[in-house]
Amino acid sequence: MLGKLTWQAIPFDQPIPLYTGAVVGLMLVAVLVWVARKGYVPYLWREWITSVDHKRIGVMYCALALLMLLRGFIDALMMRGQQAFAFHAAGFLPPEHYNQIFSAHGTIMIFFVGMPFVVGLMNYVVPLQLGVRDVAFPTLNSVGFWLTAAGSLLVNVSLVVGEFSRAGWLPYPPLSELRYSPGVGIDYYLWALQISGVGTLIGGINLVTTILKTRAPGMRYRRMPIFCWTALASNLLMVAAFPILTATLAMLLLDRYLGFHFFTNDAGGNAMMFVNLIWAWGHPEVYILILPCFGVFSEVVSTFSGKPLFGYRSMVTATMAICVLSFMVWLHHFFTMGASPEVNGFFGIMSMIIAVPTGVKVFNWLFTMYRGRVRFTVPMLWAIGFMVTFVIGGMTGVLLAIPPADFVLHNSLFLVAHFHNVIIGGVLFGVFAGYNYWFPKAFGFKLDERLGKAAFWCWFIGFYVAFVPLYAVGLMGMTRRLQHYDQPQWHPWLLVAAVGVLLILCGIVLQAAQLIVSIRSRHRRADPTGDPWDGRTLEWATASPPPLFNFAVLPDVTGQEPYWGTKRKAIEAMHLSAEPAYEPLEVPRNSPTGFVTAFFAFFLGFALIWHIWWMVGLALVGAYATFVVFAWRDVTESLMPAQEVARLDRANRTARALALQEMHA
Amino acid sequence: MMAVHRSSLVPIVRPSLRAAARTVSLLLLLPCVVLAGCDGAALRPGLLDPAGPVGQAERTILLDSLVIMLGIVVPTILCTLAVAWWYRASNRRAVYAPQWTYSGRLELLVWSIPALVIVFLGGIAWIGSHDLAPTKPLSADRKPLEVQVVALDWKWLFIYPEQHVASLNRLVTPVGTPVHFRLTSASVMNVFFVPELGSEIYAMSGMVTELNLQADRTGAFHGLAAQINGDGFADMTFDTRAVTASEFSEWLATAQADGPTLDDAAYRALLRQSSILRPYTFRNITPNLFEEIISMHLPPGEGPRVTQANADIGSMKEE
Repeated sequence: MLGKLTWQAIPFDQPIPLYTGAVVGLMLVAVLVWVARKGYVPYLWREWITSVDHKRIGVMYCALALLMLLRGFIDALMMRGQQAFAFHAAGFLPPEHYNQIFSAHGTIMIFFVGMPFVVGLMNYVVPLQLGVRDVAFPTLNSVGFWLTAAGSLLVNVSLVVGEFSRAGWLPYPPLSELRYSPGVGIDYYLWALQISGVGTLIGGINLVTTILKTRAPGMRYRRMPIFCWTALASNLLMVAAFPILTATLAMLLLDRYLGFHFFTNDAGGNAMMFVNLIWAWGHPEVYILILPCFGVFSEVVSTFSGKPLFGYRSMVTATMAICVLSFMVWLHHFFTMGASPEVNGFFGIMSMIIAVPTGVKVFNWLFTMYRGRVRFTVPMLWAIGFMVTFVIGGMTGVLLAIPPADFVLHNSLFLVAHFHNVIIGGVLFGVFAGYNYWFPKAFGFKLDERLGKAAFWCWFIGFYVAFVPLYAVGLMGMTRRLQHYDQPQWHPWLLVAAVGVLLILCGIVLQAAQLIVSIRSRHRRADPTGDPWDGRTLEWATASPPPLFNFAVLPDVTGQEPYWGTKRKAIEAMHLSAEPAYEPLEVPRNSPTGFVTAFFAFFLGFALIWHIWWMVGLALVGAYATFVVFAWRDVTESLMPAQEVARLDRANRTARALALQEMHA
Repeated sequence: MMAVHRSSLVPIVRPSLRAAARTVSLLLLLPCVVLAGCDGAALRPGLLDPAGPVGQAERTILLDSLVIMLGIVVPTILCTLAVAWWYRASNRRAVYAPQWTYSGRLELLVWSIPALVIVFLGGIAWIGSHDLAPTKPLSADRKPLEVQVVALDWKWLFIYPEQHVASLNRLVTPVGTPVHFRLTSASVMNVFFVPELGSEIYAMSGMVTELNLQADRTGAFHGLAAQINGDGFADMTFDTRAVTASEFSEWLATAQADGPTLDDAAYRALLRQSSILRPYTFRNITPNLFEEIISMHLPPGEGPRVTQANADIGSMKEE
C-alpha cells in the first residue's frame, strides 16, 4: 500500500533530526492554527496563494529563500561544530548523518536559497524597471514558484521521513547509484531538484520573454537598466542550462529506477559523463546566481553615489560576455581527472578570461562612486563589503583556474573557502543589498538602518573569521567533507572557523530582529512617496507598494534614466507633470493553477521516492486535470475601472506633490 | 565672532566615517595574517612545505600567481575604500560630478589591466599544465618505481607489481626515486592525494589514471582520499613513508617474507565496505591483478551490506 514507506523511515533512533522535525512540525501547525483562527485563510488564498501578480510572487520567492536560509544555516552550524569537535574524536554527528548534513547544506543553499532569492528579486523588480504591468505569462510564473516551493518541501520532509542524500550536493556516480546508495536519500535529492528545476526553467522562459517582448514604449535595449540586462543574461542561462541538469538527473533516475547503465560501473556505464554534464549545467549556474547580484550592486552603487552607472556599455558587454563564456569553462571543476595538458590548459585559460569582464565591473563600480556623493546606507554597505570581499574570492578563483595549482587545491577546504567567498561575498551580499534596497518598494516602509548595519558588520567580519581559516587548512592539505580527522595542525584553525560561524549567527539574529522591529514600527517608517532612496530607475516612479497594475499610465521612455529625468523636471518646475487621462485597465485574474499543480507535484515526488505507485498515478492524473481545467477557462483577465486606477494614482501623486513642496520650503 | 571656546564644540560622530575606519583597520590586519601564515610555520606541514619536485613546482606556481594578483587586488581594495570614504556625501571638499559617466581612457585602462594580468597568468597556466602534467615522467634516465593503486571501500591498496608485494593503507617509496602510479578504483570515484608530494588524481572504476611523484626527503606524510566516497570517507587515509634505499629493500624483504597472500579470494574480501586500523602488507600477488580489476573481470565493490530493513530494495535491484 505504501511502497517502501514503513515506520522504519522515521528516525526514532536519531534525536537531532527527530526533535528538529518535531519542533518544526509543531511550529508549522501552530502557525496554521493561528492563521485559521485569525481568519486569514481567505486573505492568504485570495491575495497570495492564488495571486499571479509578479510582485506577490517575487515576495513569496524571497520569503521562501529567507526561510530556507535558516535551515541551510543550521546545517552549516552543525558542520562547523562537528569539525571543531572531531579532532581525534567522533564528534556529535555520525558519518551517515554528517554526510547528509553537508549534502543538504549545499543543495539547499544553491537551489532553495540562492535561486529563489535572485529569482524573487528579478520577478519583483524587472517588470517595474521595464515600465510594464506584469510579466509575459503571469500564471506560469505562479506555477514556477509553487513548483520550487514543492521541491524545497520535499527536501525538508526528508529530514523526518527517510533520509537525504549522503553523496554531496552534486551526487557523483557510482556513489549515487543504487549499488552504493540503496536508500531513498538520493531519490529525495533527485525528485526535489527535478520538480524545482521545472519551476526554474518556467521562470526563466517567462522572464526572458518579458524582457525581450514587453518593455515600456521607448525602452530600447540600450536604455534598459543594468539590472534588467543582468536578469536577461541570468534567465538566458537558466533556459540554456537547466535542461542539461534535468536530462542528467533523469539519466541517473533511469539508472536507479529502471536498471539503465548510463553512469554505472558495469555494462558500459560512464561516470565521467555525469561529471561533465553536471558541470556543463553547474558552472553556468553560478553565473545565474551572481549576474543578477551584479545588477543589484550596479543599481545600489549608482543610486547611493548619486550618479548614473559608470561605463554602461562596458557593463552590458561584460555581462553578456560572462553569459557566453560561462558555458566554456566547466572542465575546471575536474582538472585532476587526468585530461591532457592541452585540454587542462585550454579550460584554465578560458576560466581566467571570465575574470576580465568581472574585473571591469569592479572598476566600473569604483568609478561610479568616484566623484559621487556616497551615502552609507545598509544596501551600500553590503555593496562595498561585496567589492572588497569579491575581489579576494575572484583572485583565489583565478588561482584555482591554473591547472597545476588546482592539482594540489582540488576538493580542498581552500576550494570551499573560495566558493563561499564568491557565493557569500557575491550572491548573498547581493541579495541582502537588494532586500534592503527594494523592501521599502514592496512594503511601503524602510527597514531599520541601525540593526541592518549591525547585521552587516556581523556577517562581514564573521565571514572572514569563518573562511580565512578554511583557506589556511586547505593550504595544509585538508580535504572537504571530513567527518573527523587526526591532524593536530588543522584543529586550531577549525576552532576559529567555528567562532566565525557564530558571528554570522549573530548577523542572522540581527536580521530577524531588523525585520520584526521594522514591521512593528512600520507606521513611523512609512514612505508615502514611493521613492525613499532618491532612486533613478522606473520602479521608484510608482507608489510603494505599487498598485496591482504597477503604472496608471505606461511611462514614456526617452533616455537611460527615465525616472531621474522626470523627477529633475518636476523639481525644477516645482510641480508634478499634468495628471494623465485614466483609463480602465486589464489585470490578470488570480488562479490556483500553480498551487494545485505543485500540490500534485509534491505528492508525485513523494510517491516516486517511496515507490507508492497508485499515488504516482493519482498525482499525475491530478496535475494533468489541473492543466486541463486551466486550459479551458474562458475569462483570464478582469477590468479595473478608471476611477479605481485614478483613486490609487492620485493618492500617490498627492504624496509626491507634498514631498515636492517640502523640498522647496 | 570667529573665536570658539573649545568646551562649546560638540563632537560630531559620523557613523559612515566610523564604519569606514573600522573596515580599514580590520582589513589592514588581514594581509598580516595571510603573510604570517604563508611565511611562518603556522601552515605546515602541507602544500607550502613540499617534499618533492612536483609539490615544489606547484608551490612556486601557486605563490607566484598569488603575488602577481595581490599586486592588483590590494590596490583595488584600498582604492575602493578610499574612494567610498573620500566621496562620502558629507564631505563637501570632494568634487561632485553627477554627469560623469564615461571616459574612454579609463575604459581602456579597466579592460586592459585585467586582460594583461590574464595574458600573463594564462601563460603560466598553459606552460604549467604541460610541465606538471600528471602523466609526464619525472626523469628521463632513471627508471621509476611502478606502483598500482586500487581505491577500495574504504582502503587504499598499493601493489608493487615488480616486487610482487602489496600494501594496504601504507605507501612506501625510496627517497629520490621517481614513482610512476597507475590508479583505478574498485568501487566509487576516489581521489588520491598526498599533500606534501603534490598533484592529486582521480581513481575511477574501469579506467586508469597515471601520476608521477617523487619524495626528496625522508619522512612520514599524510595521505588521504579527496572525494566523498561514503560513510567511511574520513577513515580512508594512508601513511606515506619516504625511506632510504636500504630501508626500502628491508621493507620489501619483510613484505615478501610474511603476511597474507593476495589472491582472488583475499581480494574479494577487501571489496567489502570496511575501514582498517593498521596498515599491513601482502605477498604473492596474483599476477595481473590490477588488469583484472580494470577490465572488471573481478567485480566492483558490493556497496553497503543489504540489511533486513532494505532487503526489498536489494531484491528490486536484481530485477
